[in-house]
This record gives sequence, structure tokens and C-alpha cells, in this order.
Amino acid sequence: MFVPGNNPGLMADAHIYGPDALMFDLEDSVKLSEKDSARFLVYQALKTIDYGDIEKVVRVNPLNTPYGKADIEAMVFAGADIIRLPKSETAQDVIEVDEWITECEKKAGLEPGSVGMMAAIESGLGILNVLSIAQASPRLIGIAIGAEDFVTDLKTTRSPGGSELFTARSMLVFAARAAGIAVLDTVFADVNDDEGFRREVETIKQLGFDGKSVINPRQIAPVVEIFTPTAKEIEHAERVVEAIKEAEEKGLGVISLNGKMIDKPVVDRAQRVLKMAMAAGVI
Amino acid sequence: MNKNILGVDVPESISGLGNLKAFNGKRFSGTAHEMPNIKNPDQRMSKIVDNLESAIHLSGLKDGMTISFHHHFRNGDYIVNLVLEAVAKLGIKNLTVASSSLTDIHRPMIDHIKNGVVYRIETSGLRGELANQISHGLMEVPIVFRSHGGRAYSIASGELKIDVAFLGVPSTDLFGNANGFSREGDNSSACGSLGYAMVDAKYADKVVLLSNNIVPYPNTPCAIPQTDVDYIVEIDAIGDPKGIMSGATRYSTNPKELMIAKAAADVMEASGYFEDGFSFQTGTGGSSLAVTRFLKEKMIRKGIKANFALGGITSQIVKLHEEGFIRKLLDVQSFDQDAVDSTLKNEFHHIVDAHFYAGPGVEGAAVDQLDMVVLSALEIDVNFNVNVLTGSDGVIRGAVGGHPDTSAGAKLAIIVAPLVRGRIPSILDRVNTICTPGMTVDVLVTEQGIAVNPARPDLIERLNAAGIKTETIEALKAKAEKIVGHPNPIEYGDKIVGVVTFRDGSVIDVIRQVSR
Repeated sequence: MFVPGNNPGLMADAHIYGPDALMFDLEDSVKLSEKDSARFLVYQALKTIDYGDIEKVVRVNPLNTPYGKADIEAMVFAGADIIRLPKSETAQDVIEVDEWITECEKKAGLEPGSVGMMAAIESGLGILNVLSIAQASPRLIGIAIGAEDFVTDLKTTRSPGGSELFTARSMLVFAARAAGIAVLDTVFADVNDDEGFRREVETIKQLGFDGKSVINPRQIAPVVEIFTPTAKEIEHAERVVEAIKEAEEKGLGVISLNGKMIDKPVVDRAQRVLKMAMAAGVI
Repeated sequence: MNKNILGVDVPESISGLGNLKAFNGKRFSGTAHEMPNIKNPDQRMSKIVDNLESAIHLSGLKDGMTISFHHHFRNGDYIVNLVLEAVAKLGIKNLTVASSSLTDIHRPMIDHIKNGVVYRIETSGLRGELANQISHGLMEVPIVFRSHGGRAYSIASGELKIDVAFLGVPSTDLFGNANGFSREGDNSSACGSLGYAMVDAKYADKVVLLSNNIVPYPNTPCAIPQTDVDYIVEIDAIGDPKGIMSGATRYSTNPKELMIAKAAADVMEASGYFEDGFSFQTGTGGSSLAVTRFLKEKMIRKGIKANFALGGITSQIVKLHEEGFIRKLLDVQSFDQDAVDSTLKNEFHHIVDAHFYAGPGVEGAAVDQLDMVVLSALEIDVNFNVNVLTGSDGVIRGAVGGHPDTSAGAKLAIIVAPLVRGRIPSILDRVNTICTPGMTVDVLVTEQGIAVNPARPDLIERLNAAGIKTETIEALKAKAEKIVGHPNPIEYGDKIVGVVTFRDGSVIDVIRQVSR
């Protein structure tokens, strides 16, 4: 869940709603005259508030602004888990930040590599370079798309159907899987449109996304619900895993369930379902 | 021996009976319109007088007396200001104003206080500039704060003697049968229940009704019967409909309030009191009201119904009643138009007076039959004492209301509050003003944890058994202070500006003048 870095009230209890990660924003939601105070506020929040198991992500300003380097240094010292870059277009963008984080980790006396990174693609160029971006650094644990800036770059607008985002979303997923990292979808701005939000979450789940950025606590429950495997899916996955065990015990080469052959993709999917179910706490 | 007017010899006295009065053919005098003959085919009797000044004259109001008002018109009330202005013009002084509550709209009272018209105030609450100035020492005599039940009891017992009650009513006939709505004519200033006014009407020496809506006789069924009423004044407007009530009270969409509400509903479900035939009351805003929504889901799941809901009736409670989840409603104050409409059309939506609702005497009150109540709080301390009256700056800005009554009467009293409000913690070492004593408060529910009064180990056991984690209130306080720090205590002067009484009139706390 996004939390603007200039709002102490929201930062103080954002964790009570149970998001998987909190993204404190120093970039687009903070105006220029507040960049320094927001950095200070987020630093204090990270050091004071007990966010429990929730992942602490901070979106910093680009390195080519007066704020970027100071943001990253402060957040490394504050104990942020992940630094999120805005607007990555090339692998070099990622590498430069990686190198600066390494220096900050040294200064802070942290284990090198302990701070992760996330990159957001917000332009056509970024999408075209997405594979090299995704593979640019071992720190990079995930990539995301920022739809508002992206469609502006394409010279179009967002539509309910999301056709203008289809290719970008797909390419993001391809790159993430090729690089072995996570992929998150963009935010849905209309917090009162429950129906539209759910439709979008179903769509991106089907495309292969691992999750979604939200901007309001009300959006958390629908995402969890839609991504959590159903009882039926879990049951099926458990039976697939059972069938594999049985086949191994009997020394059979071919695994079958209900008369149908189970091959590797089916097995992989079943194992992923069970992992999701465990992460959601339903098994 | 006297002869009466019919020629009968009437002894002046008879042993065992005492003195006897001889029939004189004249009408018993003392009504608004004198009628010399016992039968008057040409003149219809009426209690309507020419104007407010006449009513004040006829009521015999003098310096130093006590007048009373109700607060069913909330922040749209015109009556208090209207009457005080008339009283001031007539040069009457040193009155005690005993209103069931006062709000922002009663700001003009400040001048009446300064001019000596108002000497003393009794109320459930104070807000706005009037409250602010009183907190800063405007009055010589402290305000007496009473709960709804406490006020009703003090009136019924005679401790609070009302000389003249001035009661605004949305409809009355020419004899004083009055209702909080109108079955004909203009219903725009309806307030629904007249629960607070009914007690004043019953016990005050003289009762003056003010209304903008005189309807044909008889205005029955009625909340205030004609037998309680002395004079009626017709005025242009009794209040501002927008200030009197909203169209319908809405559930909160604030995620934190909903979280608190859901946690409170979970506590109610696990408490052991959530059985078929249970009863409950909730506050009317934010988290307290939203509890109802989660309660309904649980009632459906368990297949149970509530016997009655009490309060403070809102459209949400009315809906549950109409859908069959709550068998009966007892209404001392209607909060929105849906509640008003319901009093008119639903047979088991009853209006009850404040004494029936919350009087602390031996005869018992509806609150004594309550299973569960959900209330809010400005502050709560580590002994579970609750403050609903003064703000974190020590200034009066709330009302005691039915808080102490329901807390004491209900088997389970739950307080819902956010852990912090802005940078102010809700949990303190000691609240600024004790309105409800901790010995009547059972559970505190915040969005970051639940604390049960150690005096209720039975509840702790039941909640834990149901998988609801509880912690000490000290631990919650520490959580709050970790975020916002430990507040400095408010600086007060020595002068007492308010005396907070418990339900029986005994003093539970005093409010001193704020230093700044």
C-alpha cells in the first residue's frame, strides 16, 4: 500500500490494515518544498514505528535530482527493506542506484546486499528494455508498472478495459519470469469503484502478476481474496502433489490423476497454488 | 349551615370528613381563558395564549426560579434562545436554566449570563463558545452536569425542582396533547421521540408548550398528555430542520473506524451475552454505529434475534427492526428522519421517557435490562474511567448523556476509541474529567488492541477462548505513547467551573477553570 511520505497520521498506523508491504513515497506525492521534511519524516517513522513483518519499501527521488542520493542514504540508515526507483528506463539506471546503495550500506555498517531494490517502468523505452532492467542487479526483487506516467508517455489515456496497458503488462510478466523476480501491477485510483477494481485485479492475476499496488486500506481485502486460491483449487493441488508422491513411491515414470496424465507444468502450478495458500494463511 | 346555589343545606363540616365546600355554580378558575359559567356553548376552551410574554406572566415566573428545556432539536434548537430573550426583556433575573443539554447554537446565553439573567446552569453537556467561556471562568456558580438518567431522577425525586418548563413541540392541539412529529400539517421540524421533555412535562410546576404546528383536537396518541400542560404559545419556527436531524444516519466508510467496529462486534459475539433474545445499545456515530452492521452478519450466521434495542435510535437500527432482527425498539431520542418515520408507522417502536430509559432508582430502568452497550470516549485512563466531557486541552466540549447510565446498567459495556487521535493518545494515566467510573466499564476496543477490565476475568477467559487476543490497558497506553509521546498534564486554576454528578446526584468529579 502506498503511503505519502508527508503524512505522519497515515504513516503512524498504515500497518494495522495488514498490507504485505508499505511503500512510503518521497517522489510524486511530495512537493518540491517538502522533499527534505518528508525524507526526515519517513526516516523517523521507520525508526520509531514497529511495522512487524510488513515489508518496508521507500520510493525515492531519481538520482539526477538534488534529492535522490540523500533519500537513499537516509533510508538505508533507517532500515528500509527495499529502495524503489521511479521511472527506470535502462539497466544503467538500476546499476547506478545499486552502486550508491552499496556505498550507503558500507557507511551504515550493514551486510552488503541486505537492502533490496524495485524498479518501476513508466515509459515505452522502459518496457522495451524491461528484460535488461530486470536482470541488471541481484538486489532487484521485483518490477512494477506506473500506469499514469506510462500512458502519458504513449500519448494515450487509461481506459477501463486497459487495452493500452496490455502489451506492457505482458512484457513485464515475461521479463520478471525470465529474471526470476516478482511483478506488481499499477494502482487503481477510484477507491469507490469496487466493481472496476475487482475486474482489474482478476485481469492482472490472469496475466500472471504476483500482486497489486493499492492506495487505500479498503482495497487490500479484495486483492487478498482474489489472489488466495479457492478451496477447490487447493484441494486439486493437494491431490496432484499426492499423486506425485504415490507415483514416486511406486517407481512409476508417468503420473496420472483421474485418468489424466500429469506433466511438469501441472505439477509446478499445483506447487505454486499451495505456496500461495500457505502465504495467505488458509492452509 | 350553608345553602348552596341549588338551595341545598350543606353543613360546614362533618365529623370524619372535615370541612365541606358548597357548590356555587361557578367554574374552577386558574385556566388561561377565564370562563365564568360551568357550561359555555359559545366558547371552545383552549390553552393557547397570545404570545410568549403572556405565557411567562401567567406561569408566575419570578427572579431566582428554575426553567427547563429539552434538547431534542439538537443544534437546530430555537427555543432556548427565544425564551431567554423574552425573559430578559421582561427584566427577570437570576434564573437557573436546567436543559437536558446545550449545544453551539446556545451561544447567546453568554450575554444573558453576563447580564445576570442566567445565574446557574444544569445540563448534560456544553459545546462551542458558551462552553469555552465557561471553561475559562465565565460563571460564578459551577455548572451541574447530569446524565440523562440522573437528570430524570433528580426531577422526579424533587431534588431538581422545575418552576416552568418551556418545551418546543413539533405538534400540539389546543389543549396540549403533543408529539415529536406531526400526523398532519407540517412535519419538517419533527424530532421523533420527546423522551427528555416528557419528564419535565410530568413534574414541572408549570408547563409551557411552544409550537409552530397547532393541529385539530385530539392529537392522540401523544407523548405529552394535555393533563401535563398549562399554556401553549404558537410561534413561527421551533428550530432549523437541518440542525434537528439528518435524513438518514450513514455507516462510516473510514477503514480505521470499521476495523474498530468489527473488533467490537467480535467481542460482543464471544462475550457470552450474544444469545437469542439479547438486547443492545450503540452510540450513533463512527465506530459505535458501525458495530451494528457487523452484528447483523453474526446474527444471521447464528440464527438469533435481539429482543430490543435501546437509545439513540437511528435508521440502521430501524432497518434491523423492520427486517426482523430486533423485536422491539425503545426510543428516548430519535436521530434521523427514518427513525421519526418509524415511530409513526412501526407498532413496536416505542417512545420512552428519560426516567423509564435510565433512572437509577429502585424502580429500575430500561438500561438495567441491557445486555450490551457500545460507547465512544474522548479519553480513558488505566483504571477504565471515561471522559466524554472535556477535550485534551481541558475545555468543555461534550456531553455526559446516557454514558454512565448505560455503562452501569448493561452487563457488558464496551468503549470503542482509536488508539490515538492525531498526536493525542486516547489512553492516559488519569482522564481530565471522570464522567463514567471505571468500575462500570468492561472492555476497551481500539484498532491496535483490546483491553479488558481486570475486574472481569470471566470476559478475559471467554474472549481468549474465542481466539481474541487481549492485553492490559497499560500495554495499550504504552503503544500509544511510543507513537505520540507522553502528554504534559493540563494546567488548571483553583476555581471550580463544573461539577460532574453521577446518576444519583453524588459528585464524581469536578472541572476546574483552564489556566490559559
